[in-house]
Amino acid sequence: MDVAIIKYNAGNNFSVMCALKRLGVDAVLTDDRDVITSAPKVIFPGVGEAASAMSYLKAHGLDRVIRDLRQPVLGICIGQQLLCRHSEENDVECLGIFDADVRRFEAQTQCDKIPHMGWNTVRPLRGGIVTEQLDGKYVYYVHSYYVPVGQDTDSVTEYILPFSASMHKDNFYATQFHPEKSGGVGELILKNFLEL
Amino acid sequence: MLAKRIIPCLDVKDGTTVKGVNFVNFREAGDPVELGRRYSDAGADELVYLDITASHEGRRTFVELVKRVASAINIPFTVGGGISDIADVEKLLDAGADKISINSAAIRNPRLIDGIASRFGSQVCVVAIDAKTTADNDWICYLNGGRIPTDKTLFHWAKEAQERGAGEILFTSMDHDGVKSGFANDALAALNDILSIPVIASGGAGDYKDFYDVFTIGKADAALAASIFHFNEVPVDKLKRYLNERNITVRL
Repeated sequence: MDVAIIKYNAGNNFSVMCALKRLGVDAVLTDDRDVITSAPKVIFPGVGEAASAMSYLKAHGLDRVIRDLRQPVLGICIGQQLLCRHSEENDVECLGIFDADVRRFEAQTQCDKIPHMGWNTVRPLRGGIVTEQLDGKYVYYVHSYYVPVGQDTDSVTEYILPFSASMHKDNFYATQFHPEKSGGVGELILKNFLEL
Repeated sequence: MLAKRIIPCLDVKDGTTVKGVNFVNFREAGDPVELGRRYSDAGADELVYLDITASHEGRRTFVELVKRVASAINIPFTVGGGISDIADVEKLLDAGADKISINSAAIRNPRLIDGIASRFGSQVCVVAIDAKTTADNDWICYLNGGRIPTDKTLFHWAKEAQERGAGEILFTSMDHDGVKSGFANDALAALNDILSIPVIASGGAGDYKDFYDVFTIGKADAALAASIFHFNEVPVDKLKRYLNERNITVRL
């Protein structure tokens, strides 16, 4: 087994499994702490709501398991948000890996639709899994909450304002977009993570 | 910048793709997974699969098809057709769909929208509206693939759907569908002005310029079409280059 995908109450695990399978990666979907802890790599995916996701993780002891991981971890979408300190989505304390707080998009004009849904470009700021060659490439987003640009930000996307497209601190990596749904560009980003 | 989306729609009946002209007659257009992959390779931004099978046997086939699509395709896709309750939604999301589209069921039971949004999030809930103008220039919403008129009007219903938690509105103009002479741009622009969620335009695409118009005059966030893509009259890759040359932001 190459990758453990953390199983919890936020959806789209099947899509992540499919994406890894297309890359020839052997992945298991699990909430077993021993399997997660001993996996070479861990993916923390999700489409869902922050407060209910956090209470599920706590109730199953997965919050501690995730904080203690030492292998490369990739949070996707709400996975990135849950790795932050706090989320405005139902005012919940999160895992506190990244030194940042999750905020809700506020429309500035009539053109600002929320959720931010569709394909938008990334601008890499420094190393990480969104490499320099991906500057200006499109990735797929669906979200109403975002992580402001800060010290852990690796790449930026602009929608209403610049926000963290991807983040990285120690062994923790994260993307606000869905690499598993971002065509060939997404596959490249997943590969970059798998090759860490 | 957020790109305008081009969305091929595949109507699926008993495992194969078909396309209706004005919702009545069908022509066949090939294997849905293969077609989907071809569109994804050509640069389609999303796909919509609509199940137009009525039988229970057909429904099971469709869930299996959704799994095959999820395994084969690396762009988002929406599924719709015959979804009537939360259990249907859960089955399709578990099979790998990114979003579900509800139409008649939402009109019959508007609380279904609230239920889906609170359980799975607004982003998975596309509310599809089929509407047609009356002699007084009102847009009346229709049920069951355009067969049964309702007392709901387009703008009121779209607004209500948004308030209940819809993440997107997919508006099909029955006046324009299959006619291939452009989208319902005035109605689309009016929808865009009253809604704060994305609008997908459907019905009427016949040529490249129709897409340019729907993004500029119609102010749509995404445009959906079927037969002109299936029969390669307007190839997706050429369409996106055409739009890009005219300063419409698209993903190339």
